[in-house]
Amino acid sequence: MTRVGVVTFPGSLDDHDAQRAVRLAGAEPVPLWHASDSLDGVDAVILPGGFSYGDYLRCGAIARFSPVMGEVINAANAGMPVLGICNGFQVLCEAHLLPGALIRNDVRTFVCRDQRLRVETRDTVWTCDFNTADEITIVLKNGEGGYVADPETIKRLEGENQVVFRYLDGNPNGSVNDIAGITNDRGNVVGLMPHPEHNMEELTAPSTDGRKFFSSLQRYLRALVG
Amino acid sequence: MSRVIVDVMPKPEILDPQGKAVTGALKRLGFDGLAVRQGKRFEVEIDGEITDERLAQVREAAEKLLANTVIETFDVRVEQ
Repeated sequence: MTRVGVVTFPGSLDDHDAQRAVRLAGAEPVPLWHASDSLDGVDAVILPGGFSYGDYLRCGAIARFSPVMGEVINAANAGMPVLGICNGFQVLCEAHLLPGALIRNDVRTFVCRDQRLRVETRDTVWTCDFNTADEITIVLKNGEGGYVADPETIKRLEGENQVVFRYLDGNPNGSVNDIAGITNDRGNVVGLMPHPEHNMEELTAPSTDGRKFFSSLQRYLRALVG
Repeated sequence: MSRVIVDVMPKPEILDPQGKAVTGALKRLGFDGLAVRQGKRFEVEIDGEITDERLAQVREAAEKLLANTVIETFDVRVEQ
């Protein structure tokens, strides 16, 4: 069975929802503690949402130097699938596994809503079960979700098909080019501000579009073995 | 004990929502013609003398942790 590590930092909030989503997708969630320097042999890692280390200094800035992140960075650079959700996306940017940074929403308020997104590429580990140009609804809830990067980086991301998700029906936070999520050049590391782990069941969400993130991982890992 | 100051500012081209909010509040209070950008100031207490090596160490710390040079600039100076 696929084993997916979910890191818990002090201040993580959505680690249990992420574990539950992994379980609902038919994989085994493996809790990983921030102070551990082992990934426990997992097949993939999720950095969940929340406010790691109280968002002190900058969102994700201190979490990025936790012992477990040293292992995550090595594994990601070796091709392991890594998904950063919200605070996890901020950690990935601080760790330079993804380019750019997330700053405070231009609207200066915390934004919480069911957000329409367009899937811009299925050429990543975490979106291969979607179709390109699929329109989906995923929960968005953050105060610092404005994606920024220098113009050359944006040009490269757009040119190399590394923008994975784009906001539809209005930009909620001032992100450059309506960017909601991006990937690295190998497509194994994906970060996004919306929370797919909350869109798994009809009882608690207006869509179950989050399921395909996790089925994408399963599909990718099956293809590796096959 | 010696003290080194690290000032961190958002880069000019990066939106500064906090500074914008403060600017708006100042205007509402009647402080016309003031535009604010908000940054951070770190006061670093250093054991012993400030040497070139120590300053280089603080600069490395600023580069690595105190500032995110993707969106911020920093300045290191000795407090007189």
